Amino acid sequence: MNKTQTSNDDIIICENVNKWYGEYHALRDVSLRVKRGEVVVICGPSGSGKSTFIRTINRLEEHQEGRIIVDGIEMTNDIRNIDAIRRETGMVFQQFNLFPHLTVLQNITLAPIWVRKQTRAESEKRALELLERVGIREQASKFPGQLSGGQQQRVAIARALAMNPRIMLFDEPTSALDPEMIKEVLDVMRELATSGITMLCVTHEMGFAREVADRVVFMDRGQIVEENTPELFFENPRHERTKLFLSQIL
Amino acid sequence: MATEASQPRTRAPRPSIGALEWLRQNLFSTWWNSLLSIVLLFLVFQALSSLLRWVVTTEGWIAVTSNARLLLVGRYPPDQIWRPELVVMLIALLLGLSGGVWRGIPLVLAAGFSVAMAVLGVLSLGLPPDQAPPVFSTRLFLFGVAALAALGIAAGWRLREALRWPLVAGWILLYPATILILRGVGDATIGTNLWGGLMLTLILAVSGIVLSFPLGVLLALGRRSNLPVIKWFCVGYIELIRGVPLVTVLFMASLMLPLFLPANVRVDAVVRAIVAVTLFSAAYLAENVRGGLQSIPRGQVEAARALGLNVVQTTLLITLPQALRAVIPVLVGQFIALFKDTSLVVIIGLMDLLGAAQAIYTQPQWFGIPGGVWRETFFVVAGIYWIFSFTMSRTARQIETNVNVGRL
Ligand SMILES: Nc1ncnc2c1ncn2[C@@H]1O[C@H](COP(=O)(O)OP(=O)(O)OP(=O)(O)O)[C@@H](O)[C@H]1O
Ligand SMILES: [Mg+2]
Repeated sequence: MNKTQTSNDDIIICENVNKWYGEYHALRDVSLRVKRGEVVVICGPSGSGKSTFIRTINRLEEHQEGRIIVDGIEMTNDIRNIDAIRRETGMVFQQFNLFPHLTVLQNITLAPIWVRKQTRAESEKRALELLERVGIREQASKFPGQLSGGQQQRVAIARALAMNPRIMLFDEPTSALDPEMIKEVLDVMRELATSGITMLCVTHEMGFAREVADRVVFMDRGQIVEENTPELFFENPRHERTKLFLSQIL
Repeated sequence: MATEASQPRTRAPRPSIGALEWLRQNLFSTWWNSLLSIVLLFLVFQALSSLLRWVVTTEGWIAVTSNARLLLVGRYPPDQIWRPELVVMLIALLLGLSGGVWRGIPLVLAAGFSVAMAVLGVLSLGLPPDQAPPVFSTRLFLFGVAALAALGIAAGWRLREALRWPLVAGWILLYPATILILRGVGDATIGTNLWGGLMLTLILAVSGIVLSFPLGVLLALGRRSNLPVIKWFCVGYIELIRGVPLVTVLFMASLMLPLFLPANVRVDAVVRAIVAVTLFSAAYLAENVRGGLQSIPRGQVEAARALGLNVVQTTLLITLPQALRAVIPVLVGQFIALFKDTSLVVIIGLMDLLGAAQAIYTQPQWFGIPGGVWRETFFVVAGIYWIFSFTMSRTARQIETNVNVGRL
């Protein structure tokens, strides 16, 4: 992993991001910089704003204050900027969100065909390569409903990768899975992390964080409380709330 | 010791039971179930046997057979009868070809159509000449149609790939072609005031379905729009139409529409009926489609947007297809209702299938028959409505199972 890059090579820059749901202040002055190729794990108790934060980065949630710059593109209300950022970022959801009326192959080729304007043939070729990579090439013509949870999540990862994003956002990708399926998804993510893509990953899989992350970010009550390398984060948490959280989860 | 691997079997064992055992299990399992079965079977038997007795003994059928043309095309000029015949032949050909090309549901429909026409042909040949329906320029017309559909199936089967797109174009062109053929061109046009019977009913229903579908979908999408003007227009329209009966919409269209238009613009009565049926049906359709749209989880839209699909693509590729699949049964139910509701155009002076029935049983020559001929007439008309409605509902059921394949 490239930990030696300069700070002006930050691919995600969030500065004092604030968000309210009505009266509720969900994100408070959240600032975070992610370097190109870096793998950042975000953890924190339920309701601390992890999903909200990761979703502001591709504008599934709108932030009200602060700046978000993704690969040099500033997030504004201009739909062209938003679309440009969305083309740079792939997202994987807790509930997979595969399109149930399309086959696995169609799920993966949909966006390359309609957004990247690829031909059907080239997008299908790429889709099959990606399915090979996540280990389920033989499921290409099935519908999502016919797959296990772990297989569905791997399709979802392939679907996001098909757009050749520079950044992958994961929002608790293994939380809806049975224990025996978590590993197959984590294996894919581990392989992805070594490929040089930038990853921002909300997860409670602390083993994964320890092993793969360049940095761990701890959020609580809408704020980033602490961030550090995994070694220091797990061995030597500075903040009381981090210690409490780690004692509960480990 | 190793256990022998059991061979995979392709089919689960199916319990086989005899007819008697089936009866015992299903109809006579307990004493009160037996009692209920016996009483019901007795009642059904009574009803069916008296119906059958009436069907074979009544003299009234002649009113229907000798008025078959009135039932089918209304007061359409007899010397122009080749025009609807031509349309039927076109439909037979298209249906046959579609059956051959696409197989599955279209094939069942095409084959069923062909067989039905052949059966009708045999029936009409079997009638004594003075009672035979003088509908057709030739009594072999029905056999011709049946043969055409069968030939279409054979041709479609052979030429599969080549015919696919021409057929789609053919179906799209069928509607304007039908109108053109039925109206005629030049001086000798046949006014829609002469169109009637089953032909008119089908034209109203098909027009209503084909036009109200896109309108209803647009209204449903508009109702969910973020733009207040569009949203409130759609809400207002839907709620207004849903608050009034179809009869009033028909009256509005036929009596008040002329008030809004310049005096020299006359809108055809059939067009006005189509407009009314379409506007009415679209409001209900919109609500059904909206129900379908609401049943789509938010994650679907989020996934599509995260992939970079824009709003239009997300709607057309993700939400709408899923929403429409979810509401197929409701939509078909609504189309069947629309098909039957077209009978209300009688009150604005059109003579559709039901209007034709009324015209038949009020003919003076049947006054001599005790009890008149209205029973026979309505029996046949109800049968015609039923055949079409039943075909629609079965087809929908089949489509539903087909799209659900592989989805859990
Ligand atoms: N659409 C919404 N409307 C109102 N409040 C919301 C909405 N979405 C989230 N919230 C609130 O914002 C807070 C942060 O939610 P968020 O989903 O970001 O938490 P999280 O850290 O992802 O938690 P979890 O681990 O349970 O997923 C929660 O208190 C939640 O109730
Ligand atoms: Mg969350």
